[in-house]
Amino acid sequence: MNDQQLLRYSRHILLDPIGIEGQERFLAARALVIGAGGLGSPAALYLAAAGVGTLALADGDTVDLTNLQRQILHTEASVGRPKAESGRDALQRLNPETRVEVIARRLEGADLEAEVAKADVVLDCCDNFATRHAVNRACVKLGKPLVSGAAVRFDGQISVFDTRQPGAPCYHCLFPEGEDVEEVRCATMGVFAPLTGIIGTLQAAEALKLLAGCGQTLGGRLLLLDALTMEWRTVRLQKDPGCPVCGSR
Amino acid sequence: MIKVLYFAGLREALGTAAEEVSPPLDLLDVGALRAHLAARGGDWEKLLTTKNLRFAVNQDMARADTPVHDGDEVAFFPPVTGG
Ligand SMILES: [Zn+2]
Repeated sequence: MNDQQLLRYSRHILLDPIGIEGQERFLAARALVIGAGGLGSPAALYLAAAGVGTLALADGDTVDLTNLQRQILHTEASVGRPKAESGRDALQRLNPETRVEVIARRLEGADLEAEVAKADVVLDCCDNFATRHAVNRACVKLGKPLVSGAAVRFDGQISVFDTRQPGAPCYHCLFPEGEDVEEVRCATMGVFAPLTGIIGTLQAAEALKLLAGCGQTLGGRLLLLDALTMEWRTVRLQKDPGCPVCGSR
Repeated sequence: MIKVLYFAGLREALGTAAEEVSPPLDLLDVGALRAHLAARGGDWEKLLTTKNLRFAVNQDMARADTPVHDGDEVAFFPPVTGG
């Protein structure tokens, strides 16, 4: 780190669990943020501000006016532009040192696996179950920690699935695929703006802890938030030994 | 009494986030509690029909055959997506 960086990141360096070593890990790290919407906006902004070296920002959508109520990466001038590009511009304004890679498409298949393979941590900030399961499969297969957040209406959920840890559950252990869950989409459902900020910010916090190797992550714990009552509940999770995704690991 | 919590779409459909339920004497497990509540009819049947509905007893992930006792807290929660 040069003098400018020592100053810029001094408030992290002052924290014993992070320190110079942790900050250097942030600077050398690559995070994959899947979805540049309500969750991906605050998550990516905090990761960039914290000095994460490379952010791969993946989103196949373009910005529309209804996004602006909560997706704080984007502005009126971004309407009609790819979210990943608009997001890159905002992140570069915040921290020109962070390298932002634009992935202006929906990641799937081998493309998804190649991006997950390159990442040190993966943040699932997407809006649909099919992608959640695909991202989970890729992270289990490639041994990458997954920070999974979800927010709709006043309801939030967040957990960490880090199957590098023995006995750790994966997303599929919690919510098995194939039960044809009805999609509750932001496209048709309301979303309380700061809820996405709360959950997305927690995702950034968990990702940074994973990168620095400090504290205890949300691995094995699901947090449920009811933002109407502002009540949190913790649910301790278990690995499903018969899970077709992680069961043999 | 059993404290029952409802989350996400279930909370919205039922219009309640929490209640105290006085269980029938023969109520043994989460599955029986769910059936007992669903027997109220109407939206309560969503306890049986909601896909991928998950349960926790005293904040531990549970299954339909997980025992429930007086004084326990039981949470019902479906998966949420949306980003
Ligand atoms: Zn699993």
